[in-house]
Amino acid sequence: MSLILLIEQVLNGLQFGIMLFLMAAGLTLIFGVMGLINLAHGSLYMIGAFCAAAVAGATGSFLLALIASLAGAAIAGALVELVVIRRLYDKDHLDQVLATFALILIFSEGTRWVFGSFPLFLDVPDFLSGPITLPGGIEYPLYRLTLIVVGLLVALGLYLLISRTRLGVQIRAGENDREMIAALGIDIAKLYTIVFALGAALAGLAGALVGAIQSVQVGMGEPVLILAFVVIVIGGIGSIKGALIGAILVGLTDTLGGIFLPEVMKLFFDPSTATSIGSSLASMAIYVLMAAVLILRPSGLFGARA
Amino acid sequence: MKLVTMAVTAALALGLTGAQAEPVKVGLITTLSGGGAGLGIDVRDGFMLAVKQAGNEDLEVVIEDDQRKPDIAVQLADKMVQSEKVDVLTGIIWSNLAMAVVPSVTAQGKFYLSPNAGPSALAGKGCHPNYFNVAWQNDNLHEAAGAYANFAGHKKSFILAPNYPAGKDALTGYKRFYEGGLAGEIYTKLGQTDYAAELAQIRASDADSVFFFLPGGMGISFLKQYKDSGIDLPVVGPAFSFDQGILQAVGDAALGVKNTSQWNKDLDNPTNKAFVESFQAEYGRLPSLYASQGFDTANLLLSAMAKADVNDADAFREALEAGEFASTRGNFKFGPNHHPIQDIYVREVVKEGDVYTNKIIGTALSSHADAYWADCNM
Repeated sequence: MSLILLIEQVLNGLQFGIMLFLMAAGLTLIFGVMGLINLAHGSLYMIGAFCAAAVAGATGSFLLALIASLAGAAIAGALVELVVIRRLYDKDHLDQVLATFALILIFSEGTRWVFGSFPLFLDVPDFLSGPITLPGGIEYPLYRLTLIVVGLLVALGLYLLISRTRLGVQIRAGENDREMIAALGIDIAKLYTIVFALGAALAGLAGALVGAIQSVQVGMGEPVLILAFVVIVIGGIGSIKGALIGAILVGLTDTLGGIFLPEVMKLFFDPSTATSIGSSLASMAIYVLMAAVLILRPSGLFGARA
Repeated sequence: MKLVTMAVTAALALGLTGAQAEPVKVGLITTLSGGGAGLGIDVRDGFMLAVKQAGNEDLEVVIEDDQRKPDIAVQLADKMVQSEKVDVLTGIIWSNLAMAVVPSVTAQGKFYLSPNAGPSALAGKGCHPNYFNVAWQNDNLHEAAGAYANFAGHKKSFILAPNYPAGKDALTGYKRFYEGGLAGEIYTKLGQTDYAAELAQIRASDADSVFFFLPGGMGISFLKQYKDSGIDLPVVGPAFSFDQGILQAVGDAALGVKNTSQWNKDLDNPTNKAFVESFQAEYGRLPSLYASQGFDTANLLLSAMAKADVNDADAFREALEAGEFASTRGNFKFGPNHHPIQDIYVREVVKEGDVYTNKIIGTALSSHADAYWADCNM
């Protein structure tokens, strides 16, 4: 295994992790501020991708498609919060899980009803397609590099929003003591709607960005949702910083595990058995990581709540 | 979860079929929601088109959605056998679901006609007199891809497939016929959508060609990322990643790719021409190979119904074994283990107007049987 291949795989892991972060950031924000388990977060990811594919198909512009994904998912998120989620804050987690699971089914069948059962076409724009050569002779797809940069910019933006703005102060206060900020005269209902729409918009953006190199189809959100839950458990529920670190850890573990475990197994078994055992172990790697983190730090790496 | 039950009785009794007195009830369990829904919908639509065209009042079809989950498929099969009292089951797309359902329903004396999944375990030692595969044994299209790779002069293939029964059958099938060396062999996760790590390995290897089996959305993701990675090696694969349902979502990235299939819409026989035309008229889209398999499965069943009473299992089995129906593939014949013996073609992805589709460019294997029939004792 050459150094170039290793660096390329680290970049792949980083890119995967940063896309997971966009999903996990919204999920952890919603859980942290509102105490709500939102299983329908994957559906918002799917809505973002479908909005982007529809707009890109109609206008041919990738930037318009991204704006549509942000707007579409944010509007869907705000509507869902106003109509359904609002009634769930006082209920226990089981009710929330049931209601948001129902939302997954409604969104999936609704999307199928509007767009049909066959995958949609969404492609990388011409100005971002193809590989570029990085210093050291590494050929890497420009689009994936762009994803890393966009993801890091969003992470920076979120950090500034939470630590430097009035809205951020309210969000942090809401995480700590929601009765107190309500008593201070802050419209908590409006704050919840904004936070939910923000989380939804991030998921929608992730869906559109990833949809361009994957398949835009009904049910695309659920596998990512599971990984996003792993990320927020590792990072500590409610912590944006934890979500970022957790996402990158999960991305790197998943990518590098998939490469190296079969190689390691080849030292002990014949190649085809090694490939098979190595791949099976690799799919467990992130859950092993999660278990290890939970043993050492039961509330996650940056979790405040016990 | 609410399951949709649809009972369809054909509307027109034209009196053309040799009306059998005993009605036949068919349970069609397939994937109609979630990621793999496109395949199941094509099988269902192909099947129901044949049922509608036959207008046989004695055939009743119950349709259920397995959501691509083995546990749900098993529940549905139990329900169909025990409370719906079906005579014949069909419809399953995925091999892991077929492995969960087929052995148990055939053991209960029901017939199972597979319109898609053909795991090796059911073709060899695990074969059963009541199990018929109308599509192919899983290895077949991959074997043809291996044969084509030899013809195209590939000497060092990089091969990959998902880690589940059909994925293992795929790589085994390819290697059975492919004579060159391997630059690498990878099993990916089932349902994986990001192939950056695999693509980096392909780039770092000394491969001269890539063979992959990634059905449904997995193939779309792989091909788009393959194009974007700038790797410029010829790609060979089975038809599953280049079927009519997904080509539009892949776009230019698939153009020119060679793939192997037992069927294509330009196969020159009257049944196929009528099928392609009527499918388009009925559903407003081009049929895929899955639709052709559903259509053939229904016609096989109808041909057996015209000859024998389903309650006389031996006679009905014999009528199925004869396989005397007009197939979209032209001639159709079952081997001794109830899997087809058929020609497998090489297709190329082309663009006709605005629509991406396939055209046949040659035959990879003629009258090809599967590799497991000798192990089957029934």
